[in-house]
Amino acid sequence: MVTTSTTAPALLSVRGLSIRYDDKVALQGVDLDVHSHEIFGIIGPANSGKTSFLRALNRMDEFMPHMRVDGQITFAGRDVRTVRNLYALRSHIGVVFPLPVGLPLSIFDNVALAPRLRGERNKTEIAATVERCLRRAALWDEVKDRLHSLGSLLSGGQQQRLTIARALSQEPELLLLDEFSIAVDPVTTMRIEEVLKELRQELTIVLVTNLVQQARRLANRTAFFLGGRCVEIAATEELFGGGAKDPRTTDYLEGRFG
Amino acid sequence: MTALDTTFLPTARERRAHGVQAVVRTGFLAITLLLLVPVLGILAVLVIEGAPAMTPSFFLDKPQKLGAAGGIWPALVGTVWMTGVALVVALPLGVAAAIYLSEYARDTWLTRLINLAIVNLAGVPSIVHALFGVGAFVHFLHFGESILAAGCTLAVMTLPVVIVATRESLQAVPRSFRDACWSMGATRWQTIRHIVLPNSISGILTGLILVVCRAVGETAPIMFTGAVFLRLVPPETVFDRSMALSFHLYTVSTQVTNVPRAIPFAVALTLILVVLSMNAIAIAFRMKLRGRKKW
Repeated sequence: MVTTSTTAPALLSVRGLSIRYDDKVALQGVDLDVHSHEIFGIIGPANSGKTSFLRALNRMDEFMPHMRVDGQITFAGRDVRTVRNLYALRSHIGVVFPLPVGLPLSIFDNVALAPRLRGERNKTEIAATVERCLRRAALWDEVKDRLHSLGSLLSGGQQQRLTIARALSQEPELLLLDEFSIAVDPVTTMRIEEVLKELRQELTIVLVTNLVQQARRLANRTAFFLGGRCVEIAATEELFGGGAKDPRTTDYLEGRFG
Repeated sequence: MTALDTTFLPTARERRAHGVQAVVRTGFLAITLLLLVPVLGILAVLVIEGAPAMTPSFFLDKPQKLGAAGGIWPALVGTVWMTGVALVVALPLGVAAAIYLSEYARDTWLTRLINLAIVNLAGVPSIVHALFGVGAFVHFLHFGESILAAGCTLAVMTLPVVIVATRESLQAVPRSFRDACWSMGATRWQTIRHIVLPNSISGILTGLILVVCRAVGETAPIMFTGAVFLRLVPPETVFDRSMALSFHLYTVSTQVTNVPRAIPFAVALTLILVVLSMNAIAIAFRMKLRGRKKW
């Protein structure tokens, strides 16, 4: 299923990544590559460092005074540790958090925020972007008649799709999803999963999930994190087809812990 | 009786817990009602004693016989001016400092020191603020004894409370909104302008107005910085000296002889009415801005 050849430069390349919060080690010595147009799944039990990993990718450590990141992260050929314009870096990376965050703005303004921050002033252009992103997040039909009501008062599942629409409005190259289905009902989860499969055509997705089967359904390749280390990375079919090399991966996949 | 019938009968322990709960509830209710007594008492005394003197001409005339007769118009206007200056000075300074402390400052020894200083500044007696005002505004900045100097002194006195109230309003906006905004590539200021401020502005303004209202009643800080015993014309610029209600109340009740009994009470009642009407404006403002629940 992995279509990208190994010679193509990875969109995201991580070498020797370690993350600490004061004295507590969250992640240690992680090496991995994420290729363009793949869904890269990360599975693992709680406290395995999955969320910290995502935070390091778009340099959110800037806002967390106790977080220390060591190692090298290369995104689109640039070392993110040396990027001066962090705002541009973050705008190329969309993030969806575990709990839906509808900003206390209207539905329209939620999705129009990123274009406006980019400096877009053209009203028809903004309206077109809003509609396109809401459609792609499978939310348009439910909210098209009340675009000017508050986004933060939508239901949980709708807010999560609003969050995805907002992330898409950044026109990101990389989309990071952190356990997006925690607060979402199964039907909405399936709808979002369909959306993600389609998005693979246009962008690259890193999908952190605590649902092993979700990674199996969506990811091209899957990494297994445990206790702050990346135990194993393999093509999803291989990993779930009994090809896991590390016994701990097999144990986790078969639900013996975690 | 079956087992099910006895299930909902209170045991001795539960009966005791219910008894304690009832005593606590009634006791705390009584204390709360007790708090109303001084408020209502003050208002009642002021109205009963002061109402006879509260005629339209009392508000609109200038004082005669050093305040023992006539009205309070110059003092009323002076108080409004001083409060206005205090508001205009305290708003930008306090809000800017609070935004910095809440949104930008990292948790370092310096920030902690500043926060400690703010809390302590709030505890400084108003007469000390008055002396600071004399030194800083009247002499060093050459404002002279003026409405400007008095208003600035009031502003400095209320700043710590403005900062604390503003910071609390800002902190009430959930961190997850900031995270979402930052992760989109917004700068801190864009996040503040688009998300944090619009959702805390009603709290900030209400807090500010309530705090400055308290300053309206202060006498010590304006006594040496701009308030005068008697000046029969209302101020025309902020560099004028002026009478003020709080200071006028102090003089007619202690300094002037042969004042009719109703006059100090009427002045006090006016002062309270000014504060209450400003509070009413603050509350109306808050309701208008807040509108509906946003999250």
